[in-house]
Amino acid sequence: MLRYIVKRLLMMIPTLLGVAVLVFVLLRMLPGDIVELRFAMEGGRVSEEVMQAERVRLGLDKPIWRQFVDWMTGIFVGDFGTSMWTGRPVITEISSRLELSLQVAIMATLLAVIIAIPLGTLSALFKDTFIDHAIRVFAIAGLAVPSFWLGMLIILGLLYAFNWIPPLTYTPIYVDPWKNLSQLIWPAMAVGYRYSAVATRMTRSTLLEVFNEDYIRTARAKGVYERLVVSRHAIPNAMLPVVTVVGLEFAFLIGGLVVTEQVFNLNGIGKLFVETVTRADYTMVQALVMLVAVFFIIVNFVVDLLYAVLDPRIRYG
Amino acid sequence: MQRRTTVLVLMAAAVALAAGTDSALAQKRGGILKFAVSAEPPDYDCHAATSFAFIHPVRPHYNTLLKFDEPNYPKVKGDLARSWEVSPDGLTYTFRLKPNVKFHDGTPMTSADVKASYERIVNPPPGVRSIRKAAYEDIASIETPDPLTVVFKLKARNASMLTNFASPWDCIYSAAKLKADPKFPEKNVLGTGPFKFVEHAAGSHWVGERFADYFEKDRPYLDGFRAIFITNTAARVNALQAGEVLTEFRGHSPADRDKLKAALGDKIEVMESPWVCSLIVTFNTEKKPFDDARVRRALSLAVDRWRGAEGLSKVALVRHVGGALRPGYELAATEADLVKYPGFGKDINAARAEARKLLEQAGVKDLKFKFLNRNIPMPYTPVGVFLINEWRQIGVTAEHEQPETRAYMANLRGGNYEAGLDFNCDAVDDPNLQLAKFISADKSPINYGRYKDAKLDDLYEKQKRELDAKKRYALLREFEQHAFTQAYTVPIVWWHRIIVNWKQMKGWHMSPSHYINQDLQDVWLDQ
Repeated sequence: MLRYIVKRLLMMIPTLLGVAVLVFVLLRMLPGDIVELRFAMEGGRVSEEVMQAERVRLGLDKPIWRQFVDWMTGIFVGDFGTSMWTGRPVITEISSRLELSLQVAIMATLLAVIIAIPLGTLSALFKDTFIDHAIRVFAIAGLAVPSFWLGMLIILGLLYAFNWIPPLTYTPIYVDPWKNLSQLIWPAMAVGYRYSAVATRMTRSTLLEVFNEDYIRTARAKGVYERLVVSRHAIPNAMLPVVTVVGLEFAFLIGGLVVTEQVFNLNGIGKLFVETVTRADYTMVQALVMLVAVFFIIVNFVVDLLYAVLDPRIRYG
Repeated sequence: MQRRTTVLVLMAAAVALAAGTDSALAQKRGGILKFAVSAEPPDYDCHAATSFAFIHPVRPHYNTLLKFDEPNYPKVKGDLARSWEVSPDGLTYTFRLKPNVKFHDGTPMTSADVKASYERIVNPPPGVRSIRKAAYEDIASIETPDPLTVVFKLKARNASMLTNFASPWDCIYSAAKLKADPKFPEKNVLGTGPFKFVEHAAGSHWVGERFADYFEKDRPYLDGFRAIFITNTAARVNALQAGEVLTEFRGHSPADRDKLKAALGDKIEVMESPWVCSLIVTFNTEKKPFDDARVRRALSLAVDRWRGAEGLSKVALVRHVGGALRPGYELAATEADLVKYPGFGKDINAARAEARKLLEQAGVKDLKFKFLNRNIPMPYTPVGVFLINEWRQIGVTAEHEQPETRAYMANLRGGNYEAGLDFNCDAVDDPNLQLAKFISADKSPINYGRYKDAKLDDLYEKQKRELDAKKRYALLREFEQHAFTQAYTVPIVWWHRIIVNWKQMKGWHMSPSHYINQDLQDVWLDQ
């Protein structure tokens, strides 16, 4: 097992290197740069001399390979550089938003799991009945409705019903739990609904497969109570693909809530992503892409390890 | 004569006293003003900033030498300056400063601070970005005969100099701090303004609190302000509707105004004004057939600006037909002047007949081109669609291209386009600023038409040096006549600024610019 973990950790290096090269090159293939956007976007009368001086200040005058080497060298010593737009360290910019994004992701995941597993199980148990149909309609609606649109509906509903909208600025949960939850519960619901729809359908279909397995038939033949058949034999075995889906969705939520964060005015990683891409803030975009890549790799890794916990037949060596 | 002057001064003082007493009775102290800002300042240096997103949260921390007299825009009044005089030859500007002005760290503000701040703008030290350096190139020297007097000596007369001294970007910094580190303002906020800096939570909000030692008696009225960064338009409108913010100082679309009016009725106040912002069509004169003035003029003639402005105003934040200067500005063309320019007449059928003839003379048949536009729906998309339809009326086909802002800017600036919708936005009405769009490319960094025109350059220079308003007005008309006949770059429609605020916010005055009147010194809350 230890050998497997070390091997997987080492495999992360070429993957991250590939991501680094790809994002670095793609960003620079697009026309225009941050200097043009900063000084000319609002019609500023900025001379070419000033623009060039700014490019030199930001290191954009250096050859592309040199910029890449500088960036990679920085990463290896733990220095992700400074934002080209704000001049503040990239780590500071990201860490001030990560807390919020992580909380929304965790809340949405919890919400999704709490909804999906019972509903998916019920749907499988009562296959082709009214209950199954109702749950499937609920799940398909969750897949069809974009999270940001649901978020807009939630805000408009709150606005028209109570003349109230969630707080516009973030308060950490350890400072004021009520204010924190009154801001984040709504986006967590908007995102969690779609997330739960994916997990509900996955739970239903894998449970239906598991119900046809020999060991379930054997358990039933032995006269084991149906409740125990479902809870002890069927659900744990049906969880493998569900865990995969939940894990990938969780990783996606860190940085993937691009529009939802804007709708709720959440100062999270998704909103930062959009802003930095729009501004062509290379150092920030590069760091954010790397962050998301690291999240995906780690979550995949954790999911693979969970397989071994959930299914005793799986052994890594 | 002296007696008459004394009587006039006494009368003026009585009126001022009465007004002051009235105001003192009506205005209330206290409260935190919460307002929305649709973007965020990248750093804190006024001299390097170009965006309203900077002005709205940062300007309340600073003062400038002069500022615009809010209800009487574009007249200027003293901010740090108590009085000023201009020598008869227009080459010397002497400012006497208000006494007892302090920086937020308690140090006194003197003429040395004004000199250090302007020296930083005119001759920036290495590594310091002075974006508007060119506007001050006429300054030869800055002298400080005593701690409360600053004298600017110019190399040449400049009709816009007083406007420049009222620029909202020319924050006065501490000379001592600049001496220690010329880049100090990039990361620190230390001014003399009505509000002290408290906090900037990146991506979230900006907070200022009342400066108790502010030099204007009984100001500011507010205990503080909180600027909340809300980038999404719908989220901004929702925040305003819910009363989470009391206003947003840039502007709303007609649809958002109507939505807020329907939802909030008489709880809100709507203020509207022409805006110092225009949408213009620029032709790349390095690409055929746009190197031919007849083709460019034909395309300008085909556009029915008067009907278009009326129709577009219902769906977009544009409304006014104007030339190079904002309609309504004292030096702008009147309607009688405008209709004489090619493309601005009211007989559209005659104009289009002339346009077809010009295209025929130029040997251009079935003209097709790509029309570059910005991918911002309001107001670029509707104006782009309108123009394409207008050109279709004379048999010209334009393909609408709206890349994202980065590519749009790069293509426009790099000459990788045929014709494009450009914008001309400024902090204030000033011919030196607005005409810069039209002069030769080697003299203006914002001429994207890539042409040179010695006549326009000569007229620009003449109007810049002309201190007589009537003569300057005539030069400006000559400039416009030539510019719109050559039609390298032609104005289409001017923006219309709509501000919606809750009625409890008082003391803020509407102006044609979203960059000025933002120190919040006189704003108060009726609560």
